[in-house]
Amino acid sequence: MTTTAAPATARKPATMAQALTRALRDAMADDPSVHVMGEDVGTLGGVFRVTDGLAKEFGEDRCTDTALAEAGILGTAVGMAMYGLRPVVEMQFDAFAYPAFEQLISHVARMRNRTRGALTMPLTIRIPYGGGIGGVEHHSDSSEAYYLATPGLQVVTPATVEDAYGLLRAAIASDDPVVFLEPKRLYWSKADWSPDAPAEVAPLGRAAVRRRGSSATLITYGPSLPVCMEAAEAAGAEGWDLEVVDLRSLMPFDDDTVCASVRRTGRAVVVHESNGFGGPGGEIAARITERCFHHLEAPVLRVAGFDIPYPPPMLERHHLPGVDRILDTIARLQWESDWTEGRGA
Amino acid sequence: MTVLEQPGSSRKKSSLAGPPPAWRPRVDPAPLLPDEEPYRLLGTDAAARLDSGLLTRLYVQLVRGRRYNAQATALTRQGRLAVYPSSTGQEACEVAAALALEDRDWLFPSYRDTLAAVARGLDPVQALTLLRGDWHNGYDPHEHRIAPLCTPLATQLPHAVGLAHAARLKGDEVVALAMVGDGGTSEGDFHEALNFAAVWQAPVVFLVQNNGFAISVPLAKQTAAPSLAHKAVGYGMPGRLVDGNDAPAMHEVLTEAVQRARRGGGPTLVEAVTYRIEAHTNADDATRYRSDTEVETWRSHDPIALLEHELTARDLLTDEFVAATRDGAEQLAAGLRERMNADPELDPMDLFTHVFAEQTGQLRAQAALLRAELDAEANGYTEDTAGADGSAEEARP
Ligand SMILES: Cc1ncc(C[n+]2csc(CCOP(=O)(O)OP(=O)(O)O)c2C)c(N)n1
Repeated sequence: MTTTAAPATARKPATMAQALTRALRDAMADDPSVHVMGEDVGTLGGVFRVTDGLAKEFGEDRCTDTALAEAGILGTAVGMAMYGLRPVVEMQFDAFAYPAFEQLISHVARMRNRTRGALTMPLTIRIPYGGGIGGVEHHSDSSEAYYLATPGLQVVTPATVEDAYGLLRAAIASDDPVVFLEPKRLYWSKADWSPDAPAEVAPLGRAAVRRRGSSATLITYGPSLPVCMEAAEAAGAEGWDLEVVDLRSLMPFDDDTVCASVRRTGRAVVVHESNGFGGPGGEIAARITERCFHHLEAPVLRVAGFDIPYPPPMLERHHLPGVDRILDTIARLQWESDWTEGRGA
Repeated sequence: MTVLEQPGSSRKKSSLAGPPPAWRPRVDPAPLLPDEEPYRLLGTDAAARLDSGLLTRLYVQLVRGRRYNAQATALTRQGRLAVYPSSTGQEACEVAAALALEDRDWLFPSYRDTLAAVARGLDPVQALTLLRGDWHNGYDPHEHRIAPLCTPLATQLPHAVGLAHAARLKGDEVVALAMVGDGGTSEGDFHEALNFAAVWQAPVVFLVQNNGFAISVPLAKQTAAPSLAHKAVGYGMPGRLVDGNDAPAMHEVLTEAVQRARRGGGPTLVEAVTYRIEAHTNADDATRYRSDTEVETWRSHDPIALLEHELTARDLLTDEFVAATRDGAEQLAAGLRERMNADPELDPMDLFTHVFAEQTGQLRAQAALLRAELDAEANGYTEDTAGADGSAEEARP
């Protein structure tokens, strides 16, 4: 970065939602082919206000309130992308993206492949996801496993304010489709990050080590990162020096960063709030086992949401992996004869 | 021989003459088209023929409904409800939907339609379970034949078609009434449901409450059709356009549609033109997308006030009747307030109870994990907070 537009004193707390807004605005300003569309993204600025002000600044043709039809939104975005635009579509909540699955899986994910590269899908699908905000039914799903099961989709999820900006810019710039999962319980998390100061684009497909440690690695992403950081601090008191890896992008998957960490620490726990059975943790654990088996001192363990439909708000705290459940799992990394007992995930 | 040279065609048609006879539409669209103006009874001469008993029944339900909405909204402010989408201003649609059905019929409501469910006899607290957040659904759908309040838009519509179809296959004269908002009519499920219903001639009534907005998006950005009722024609079913704030008109049109469906006459699409007086939910800021004057215009077309006019003309709005109606509504609200102010009794172990008919090994193990966590939490709670006499309050989830 060669220029510094604002003095250091301009740095003030900004939320993840604000960082996302700025990423959209900067992308639209830099590239006239970037179009934002979705339900309530215009006048209202989105139900989480992430698209606030864009319709005013860029006009309704570039930030468009669509009819209430997710399949229609994504399907028309496919056609727009075919004609050279870079659509950024918003799905209002995780579970409301499901009507668009046909378009996503049958077309968005495989257009490049089926046309041998003649048609590409440079589009970004923004989806607020995950629980912990007291949302009623259908407002808290963690649907990343569905996307990961579909070859051709990049799946990205920021956990920090800086990454919200950097990864969204990279997603929009990508020539392939990105399912951009926004952890809604982190929308209001803050960082010392000026909305005006220069900000960096973060490359897709690279994990970040958020905390250095030597005795085990916590591998996580999105909404579970702050929980893992807290668990790592707490584990210190019990003599565990934990490393925390934030995947940032689930596809492409950064095997190198993950494996380098696990080889160093010899132990790994994967933490995510989507259900464990058939969830991303299984794939991650398998990769670690395949690549780091001789370095492992203990089986790779998972701390995940239960294998149940997402619970109602009054019970969600029992479902979401919390610090205690992570610490209990860490304790089981000491070799125990009965490590296979008692856990379903 | 080409299609144009079929026997019986007296002269050769040019290829510009239009499609061959087999392509003629099966139904003349004219009788399917809705009226140009929303159908009204109140304030017209036709109001004279309305039954006084029906008018007072509607009135009582409207007043109760309005009070219920106000109470539920207050409960969101006290943190007793996670969220509440009010149907204030739309009560006539809600009440008519409930009263047009017989006991054996089924109602398929959306998240905004708690009032319809309550007017159909559902316990007012059970109707709020989804929105309070203690479970996703608070009642046995079979008890009053009310499907769970549905959150993903328009997804309940095909269910209604399937249920009605199944009932007919079984020889039962059951009708399904499915409710959806104006925004919901843009979803694919809406179109697929209407198409199935018409092809199968299923005994279904679709009620669209056009309240002007889908969260912030006005109808003009939702559809370019002359009205939502017009959409019926393309599927081959009649569309009716009704003033959604005119309770007797709503009741009449829905009752007719239900009866037609029961007789085997097939589905109907009813569009009720109404307005959402409150914001989308308590979490929404409606000032961002609509003007106060617009809201005021609709306030002056209030469903309760409209009906009061007719009741007054008939000398039915006596002081006693008004007082009794108001007392009834207050009792409803007080009961709701009282019962909702008690913490619901929750058992976190319920998380595992109804995932499958038969518990899986994985779920048993996860249930054991949670049990252990809850026990540890309860013990910790006892140690930390037990009073001097050693007593401890029960740990609450
Ligand atoms: C499939 C789906 N997409 C998005 C949403 C989010 N959402 C909830 S209510 C709503 C607006 C609905 O408007 P309308 O159908 O007119 O019904 P109203 O709320 O006005 O009664 C939206 C977009 C949803 N519930 N389901």
